[in-house]
Amino acid sequence: MTSLPEQATPKRLGLVIDLDVCVGCHACVVNCKEWNTGGYGAALSDQEPYGADVSGAWLNRVHSFEVGEAEQARIVHFPKSCLHCESAPCVTVCPTGASYKRSADGIVLVDEDKCIGCGLCAWACPYGARELDLAAGVMKKCTLCIDRIYNETFEEVDRVPACVRTCPASARHFGDFADPASAVSIMVAERGGIDLMPEQGTRPVNKYLPPRASKPLKDSSSLLAESTEGATGFFAWLDGMLDRI
Amino acid sequence: MHPAYSIIFFTVLSGLGYGLAAVLGLGVLDAAAISTRVAHVLALGMIGAGLLSSTLHLGNPQRAWRALSQWRSSWLSREGVMALASFVPLTIAAGWSMFSGEAAPIAGVLGAAMAMVTVYCTSMIYASLKSIDAWHTNLTSACYLAFSVSGGLVGASFFAFLAGDGVARVLSICACVALGIAWLLKLRWRRRTKTLVPLSTPESATGLGSMGRVRLFEPPHMTANYLTKEMGFKVARKHADKLFTIAVLLGGTAPALFLVGAMLAAPGAMPVMAVLLSGAAFAAHIAGLFFERWLFFAEARHSVMNYYGS
Repeated sequence: MTSLPEQATPKRLGLVIDLDVCVGCHACVVNCKEWNTGGYGAALSDQEPYGADVSGAWLNRVHSFEVGEAEQARIVHFPKSCLHCESAPCVTVCPTGASYKRSADGIVLVDEDKCIGCGLCAWACPYGARELDLAAGVMKKCTLCIDRIYNETFEEVDRVPACVRTCPASARHFGDFADPASAVSIMVAERGGIDLMPEQGTRPVNKYLPPRASKPLKDSSSLLAESTEGATGFFAWLDGMLDRI
Repeated sequence: MHPAYSIIFFTVLSGLGYGLAAVLGLGVLDAAAISTRVAHVLALGMIGAGLLSSTLHLGNPQRAWRALSQWRSSWLSREGVMALASFVPLTIAAGWSMFSGEAAPIAGVLGAAMAMVTVYCTSMIYASLKSIDAWHTNLTSACYLAFSVSGGLVGASFFAFLAGDGVARVLSICACVALGIAWLLKLRWRRRTKTLVPLSTPESATGLGSMGRVRLFEPPHMTANYLTKEMGFKVARKHADKLFTIAVLLGGTAPALFLVGAMLAAPGAMPVMAVLLSGAAFAAHIAGLFFERWLFFAEARHSVMNYYGS
């Protein structure tokens, strides 16, 4: 059914993405593709995979942004996948009931056997989290690795989404946002987790932790400076010796 | 947004078909005239061709029947349900007119009302999307309805002239008024589109606005993908303005002038001239609507483009 769950879901599973930590290595992107092309539903097809004009369906992508001006500018690597919104517009627009939000844990999924590939859900998503698989003609999206997180044949440590498991910097965290004591809830509370495009009214479950404030370089006292006044210890001795030569 | 020909064809043709079917359903034309019977068939044909065309862009068209199930939440589903449901009274009205030569007032009026509801549902598929600022306004629905009515009236004028029906002049005047209203609404829609402040920005899309201005440094992929092809279509502003002028001239000015000409020609000894002129009005209006509808898609910007620096 393409109506949203009437009550708040008892669990709100999702991701925390720490923009202060992400190094932009795209490992999460690759492992997501690897896991999901062989997992739930149709394979994630590529078109012209070895040609000049390669394209394909991916469920997670890393954009890199330059933020701020001139000397204060920073590069922020920005992984983007489905945010499993509480008011998911992609769900209510679906004409067939293929797109749905699970009432138990809030995961937004596509039933590929019902999907007609009209693409309206991808239009309705303000984040571009959905991509049509051009080979299968059905809409693909992040499943929060539903075939991993509940998979009891896996070791506990592997029962997290592929992107979380593979991140070498631990920039991605998986958990239940409905539980205020969960690690993800605490992280969001402590670091001021943010919603993407709150003005769209989608109420995303996934949260982003903003980069920590950094001290401008010019405010740092540095031995690179012209003056060695105030130097102490080894550097004061070295300074004196070099002066004598 | 990518202007897919199947969807442009669908919205233009079915919109015109519903408009014409609505005017016919109201029983304005002489039901006994052969041209009226042809008009009934044409209206249903345009609706049917439009709906069939809309299935061409589907990834799995064999499952299209499933789209009738979610009318509680989805405007696309509502559109599908209304399209099928309105076929019942419209086909009865058309069949009655064709075989008995009489109007079927109940089926006709019911069909006319349902036709307009269907067009409204079509418009709401677009107007309900908050992610596309240009479409997310009541003006979108107003334009779709107004163009459906104006197209129906222009078409009905042509068929009335063809039948030598006296109602042709009244219909032509109504058509000219409807054309004026429709294009005024469209001008307002476009002025809003061109001047609107985007709901979302790269700053709000990344949540990094508090750190300063956000610019794309490196895109996530080097070749076009589904998102950039489907949502990233951009049309040069100078071309868009020219195309819009062509749309207004073809879709509004020309049909109005042709209809005035037809009205002047009609009472005299030039019924053929009136038929030709009103036919030209109908053809020009349809051509103009294709330009208008192409721009409706091409000029709309999707909020995902905030992540792509354009």
